[in-house]
Amino acid sequence: MQATPTAPSPLDGFDSSAPRTPIVNDFSIQVATANGSGSQTSNNVLMRSIFQMGVPVSGKNLFPSNIAGLPTWFTIRASRHGYIGRKKEIDFLVAMNPESAREDVESLAPGAAVVFDEPLKLDQVRSDLHFYPVPFDKLVGPVCPEAKLRKLVRNMIYTGVMAHLLGIEIEEVRRALFKQFGERKRKAAEMNWGAVLAGQEFAAANLPKTDPYRVQRMEATHGRIIIDGNTASALGCVFAGVTVLTWYPITPSSSLAEALIHYLEKLRIDSETGRRTFAIVQAEDELAAIGMAIGAGWAGARAMTCTSGPGISLMSEFIGLGYYAEIPAVVIDVQRAGPSTGLPTRTMQCDTLPNAVLSHGDTMHPVYFPSSPEECFSMSHDAFDLAEGFQTPVFVNTDLDLGMNNWMSEPFAYPQTPIDRGKVLSPEDLERLGGFARYRDVDGDGVCYRTLPGTNHAAAGYFTRGTGHNDKAGYSEREDDFANNLDRLRRKFESIRAALPAPEIQPREGARIGMVYYGTSRYACEEARDQLSAENGVEIALFRAKAWPFDPVLHDFCASFERVYVVEQNRDAQLLSLMRMELSAESIAKLRKVNYYGGLPLDARTVSDAILAQEQEAAR
Amino acid sequence: MSTAPVKKTNQLGFEILDYRGSKTTLCAGCGHNAITERLIEAAWTMGVEPWRVAKVSGIGCSSKTPAYFLGQSHGFNALHGRAPAVATGAMLANQTLRCVVVSGDGDTASIGMGQFIHMLRRNPPMTYIIENNGVYGLTKGQFSATADIGSTLKNGTPNHLAPIDCCQLALELGATFVARSFSGDKRQLSAILKACMGHNGLAVVDVISPCTTFNDHSGSTKSYSYMKDHEEPIHDIDFVPHYEDIAVEYEEGAAREVTLHDGSRLVLRKLERDYDPSDRLHALQALYAAASAREVLTGILYVEPARENLMESLKVSAEPLATLPEHLVRPGPEALEAVVEEFR
Repeated sequence: MQATPTAPSPLDGFDSSAPRTPIVNDFSIQVATANGSGSQTSNNVLMRSIFQMGVPVSGKNLFPSNIAGLPTWFTIRASRHGYIGRKKEIDFLVAMNPESAREDVESLAPGAAVVFDEPLKLDQVRSDLHFYPVPFDKLVGPVCPEAKLRKLVRNMIYTGVMAHLLGIEIEEVRRALFKQFGERKRKAAEMNWGAVLAGQEFAAANLPKTDPYRVQRMEATHGRIIIDGNTASALGCVFAGVTVLTWYPITPSSSLAEALIHYLEKLRIDSETGRRTFAIVQAEDELAAIGMAIGAGWAGARAMTCTSGPGISLMSEFIGLGYYAEIPAVVIDVQRAGPSTGLPTRTMQCDTLPNAVLSHGDTMHPVYFPSSPEECFSMSHDAFDLAEGFQTPVFVNTDLDLGMNNWMSEPFAYPQTPIDRGKVLSPEDLERLGGFARYRDVDGDGVCYRTLPGTNHAAAGYFTRGTGHNDKAGYSEREDDFANNLDRLRRKFESIRAALPAPEIQPREGARIGMVYYGTSRYACEEARDQLSAENGVEIALFRAKAWPFDPVLHDFCASFERVYVVEQNRDAQLLSLMRMELSAESIAKLRKVNYYGGLPLDARTVSDAILAQEQEAAR
Repeated sequence: MSTAPVKKTNQLGFEILDYRGSKTTLCAGCGHNAITERLIEAAWTMGVEPWRVAKVSGIGCSSKTPAYFLGQSHGFNALHGRAPAVATGAMLANQTLRCVVVSGDGDTASIGMGQFIHMLRRNPPMTYIIENNGVYGLTKGQFSATADIGSTLKNGTPNHLAPIDCCQLALELGATFVARSFSGDKRQLSAILKACMGHNGLAVVDVISPCTTFNDHSGSTKSYSYMKDHEEPIHDIDFVPHYEDIAVEYEEGAAREVTLHDGSRLVLRKLERDYDPSDRLHALQALYAAASAREVLTGILYVEPARENLMESLKVSAEPLATLPEHLVRPGPEALEAVVEEFR
């Protein structure tokens, strides 16, 4: 693609060597490479070494749906304020990909810095940026004698260059690098360490610092870990005592299943007998994956599957059966951009409404909205107790941004409560009770008692069906049986509401408007609240929904404000649609939409701009 | 003083009544009802504990039948074509269950074909019965994918599409027990079903089961009269359950014995041809030859007792996963600490 020539800059006369006020621990880096070039390791080392300097950091891999060759961008944001959402503006570009380099440089704001591969001659494109040419091919030769490996090792050179330019302590880079490679890849680590040093030394000797961006040691990351959401979700399942995983590979959920397999094999195989306390089947498709999970849940396993949008569509019929026949199952949906195949490697919150009411007929399913690795862990864990406690399929809606990117996180808290298997009758219970009716609401909470196949008692058996049934699980086409059962299922849903986590509410002095959001929109929304306050004097109270059905306090929140902005990463205002199902007409009239659906993680500026525009409109 | 009549019980002390279910709602004379009867007899004879059985089915006339047998057992009438997944899941949860799946030709050969063939690859320990009438009964008489070319609907419309032979497919895809029978052949079907229950893997039985309402007419190749004229048993089957140690009388050289996993024995008496049930290729050839002669070959086509089943290959704990205690499924706090340490 031919790039268009740049128009003369308004900053003509820009002097990159003029001294500048340093900008400390508050900038974003974008590394542009080609997919499959091994840049991920370099980027993670760079991110981790900033983290080890005690500076809050986030990393986002914006990658194509391709194995190798297409452009990939990795953005790292350092923020002394602790903002870890995506920052729209790029302050520092590392341009390694000839395909995208010109376009990448042209999109920068004046005053940004660029480390680039010297032969690309990017410093001829614009004159209002700080340019740092690096001859990567010349530098990689001496540190990597094996020609085959040079393509991979040359990327580590920019980590060394950046460490020097930003003032990252080299010892932290070394620690991060050796951690990344692990003990078993010591040799590879040594070679890459050589590349870091080559980059650092080259920069020290040849690249006088002209840009204002600096890293300085802080104490804001102490005790934290760096982990991706999919691994965190997988660990939540392990410590929930998952026993059956049936799944079908799909981006971006495959790494969740793979992490789960890894940790189950590590932690749940009897060292003496070699027997496993879990069963994993990679199914032929998502219909079979959820079908096996439902079959396993019926027979008493803690069963789960994980998937993404297209898989959700295929699972729809089984989810309806699970709802109506009242069978526990946990479905972790790592959302990606849809509809259809959509953007398989981009993020979105586009299964909110579909999952809440998935399948035909009147169906409703609880949905958790984790926003961080800690919540991926705790909510994936809690979903099993909820599924078995209420005998119903439960969704955990994460997304690609949370699932596949590395995040700072507090260490995970060990579950404080014993595993809750719900209302299951034993042979002794049956003997004492003299029998049971599978769908009779004995306790008045809509949740009935069940027995598991294989229960050794003549009264244990019952017939599970997706067809109409009475409270003894017998086939019935009677209108009262059918309607009464649907009413009881609705009562059960109210019991579920009380068992879900309370929202996170952040009141605000002087706020006349509120903002409702969920999942990974959290970071952009919290930062937008601060932006609007600092820049425009607009104060906003925050409500982060952690699950559907909503906590009743949502009614009070919406009633308290003149307008309530509902921020989501989808086009059709899906959470807002769920809110409309529950709120009063007066509250519904206050709802305003803020929707982003471009597939990148939501950024604060997009939210601030959208709210400000609507506020100005309202003030007219 | 009168003595009460002695009730006939099986080795567990159960009467045959304990293996019955609710009253059938299928049409009078439906082949499926006969299969239900044979299942009841087989489970009773084999001394299967009713509480240990999980009955799973899809959707269709055939899939209604689990309500009509083994009323004390758990049953699951699931989704159209999806019984294999549900049954596999149930076995993953608890491998001590005895799982019987009842499906139909629409359920297996059309909507559920994907699940059927992948179940064959996995070899889960269960009995899978296809009640095959070549027609969609519940939706009132459309062709299924097992209908033969040239067979007609009740209104005379001919079928132009080649049939899917589930036994051929099962053999091709590595099934470890493949049989075909006819719902009207009491003796053979009983022996086959008993053998299924002794098999330590997936046992697939395709049972031609005439539909008296929509497919028992002169244009049908799955009618009672067609089957009477075209059924070709490959052997006469004797079945000796594992708990009976009675020597079966048979002529040397005229019969072949197969010992199943649970110690039961199958005695296959040859009829006209030299049939070896351990030879997959031979079984396929016999099926192809019968199809071109417009015959329906019945009997145990193939049996491989020793192959590892799904649960064995997954190395799953013998205790049911469903009821493992917390200390076996939730690693301790030190395990979590160690994992978290990896990410510092």
